[in-house]
Amino acid sequence: MKILVPVKRVPDPTQKAKIKDGHIDLTGASWIVNTFDEYAVETALRLLENGESNTRTAGSEIVVVTLGPDDAAKELRTTLAMGADRAIHVVTKDEEIDSLVVVKVLQAIVAAEKPDLVVMGKQAVDGDANQVGQMLAGKLGWPQATFAASIEMQDGGKSFVVGREVDGGVEYKRVPAPAVITVDLRIVGTHAIKNGVTPASFAYSGEGARLPSLKGIMAAKKKPMAVAKLADYGAEAKPMIREVNVSLPPPRAAGQIVADIPTLVKKLAEEAKVI
Amino acid sequence: MGNVLALCEFADGALRTSALSNLAFARSAAQAHGGDVVIALMGHGAQAASAAAAKYAPKVVVVDDAKLEHYLAESYAPALAELAKAQGASVVTATATAMGKDLMPRVAALLDAGMASDISKLAAKNQFVRPILAGNAYSTVEVDTPIICVTVRQSEFEPAAELGSAGAVSTASAGSGDTLGAKFEKLDAQKSDRPDLGDAKVVVSGGRGMKNGENFKVLEQLADLLGAAMGASRAATDAGMVPADWQVGQTGKIVAPNLYFAVAISGAIQHLAGMKGSKTIVAINKNKDEPIFQVADYGIVQEWEKAVPELISEIKKLKASR
Repeated sequence: MKILVPVKRVPDPTQKAKIKDGHIDLTGASWIVNTFDEYAVETALRLLENGESNTRTAGSEIVVVTLGPDDAAKELRTTLAMGADRAIHVVTKDEEIDSLVVVKVLQAIVAAEKPDLVVMGKQAVDGDANQVGQMLAGKLGWPQATFAASIEMQDGGKSFVVGREVDGGVEYKRVPAPAVITVDLRIVGTHAIKNGVTPASFAYSGEGARLPSLKGIMAAKKKPMAVAKLADYGAEAKPMIREVNVSLPPPRAAGQIVADIPTLVKKLAEEAKVI
Repeated sequence: MGNVLALCEFADGALRTSALSNLAFARSAAQAHGGDVVIALMGHGAQAASAAAAKYAPKVVVVDDAKLEHYLAESYAPALAELAKAQGASVVTATATAMGKDLMPRVAALLDAGMASDISKLAAKNQFVRPILAGNAYSTVEVDTPIICVTVRQSEFEPAAELGSAGAVSTASAGSGDTLGAKFEKLDAQKSDRPDLGDAKVVVSGGRGMKNGENFKVLEQLADLLGAAMGASRAATDAGMVPADWQVGQTGKIVAPNLYFAVAISGAIQHLAGMKGSKTIVAINKNKDEPIFQVADYGIVQEWEKAVPELISEIKKLKASR
């Protein structure tokens, strides 16, 4: 079974946003693998391994792909160190692409690679757009299961029952392969993924995606990373969605510490007039 | 010239409150595009909501078919895309609910449309303001495709009011209903008599410091006293103290009630992204250094075990005095 995992690098969200010339200033920013995409790599690994014996399913493959500048190779290499097998780096400037361009490239990569499954983060935590997975599924004519909080692989990967957190509860949706699955935070729960190989009793750490081991980091240096450009996939650097400008929200007025509950209730009633 | 096709969610023969925010955006977009608002009602039983929907737009199109019994993006997206073409839509919009977020990008793909997600404002005809970086910045984007798909952040748009006269209701085909092999298996529903988290005027949220689900009972008492919805931080939902759909934050619900209580919540960026648009924020935490106090209008530095029961009794006193 082969899983394609598109990943994106994002500026470390703990950095304070700064504006320069009407856009986010990324000079000197530090970058990380988008957390949801890191979880997607973790998901792909959990689907294709025995978590207890720490062995990969024979004949399985995880291919990671990113679109981004030369530097983005570093974050792509991180996902290889986690355990992905092979990478494709489509070199492009961030301002040259939008979700439509990304989808066009991914569609061409899917056509060439023929994965059984595409697993990706539900959104990137910089743009927060939450579009590419659904768009890719639509373009491919594949079923989709978005915002996955749990996945149960059945019939050796012929179909997947995906638990999705929706308004008012958890929906269980079955999709046959090939499909696009986008993952939400709870997918890294201790028992969130069942692949029929890892014993049901086995509990993962539940602390997020695995960290690359030293061995993994060494191995990643030798793993293949193909370098390509947009034109190789019939795409052009012609975004139809353009950022006009960015602004920071006005800071909230300073609040006050209130001495006791009776004072709080008085203020809520008379000052804020909310109760 | 172009119409604005607004997919509206409904329940029990009426539009959901979340749909009214979508209609507020749809009206301003229709004005900018020189067209009309066309409401799309999709699903088995949609016809029952058509009379209620007709009060909000000059035109309502109902796609009511047993093939659409359960919402699935695979069957809904082509039907909505066809409807957009048939109705001459230049904008297709939905509220950024679980359904809107799942469906609309797929519709965009079928229409070769660019999309603006989770917008907070219409800036110009084809320009939209949307929060990025977990709400720490607002980006204005221009979308240059003939049809534009949009999802609307409910908390940023006041619900639309009814119009003076009822619109015309017509029907459209659901198409093949092909689900591409996808199947709805079941919904583990969380039943509650409280208002929806997204609609509530008051929200009471608890965090990791509540320690366990049993302790949330006291917050529920406070919530019921105020007609509030219950919320929680990711730490509390991840620990299994309360249902996952109570989660307020970047990856949970985005809320902006008149009054938000954050009890025993530290105030991680992730959580703040989901509630800092609230008009008045009250933080109760025993540790005065927690970041939640930086966004709170009123802070109480006390253990919740002491503060919340006292708060309940003081509010009861206030209510009794009125």
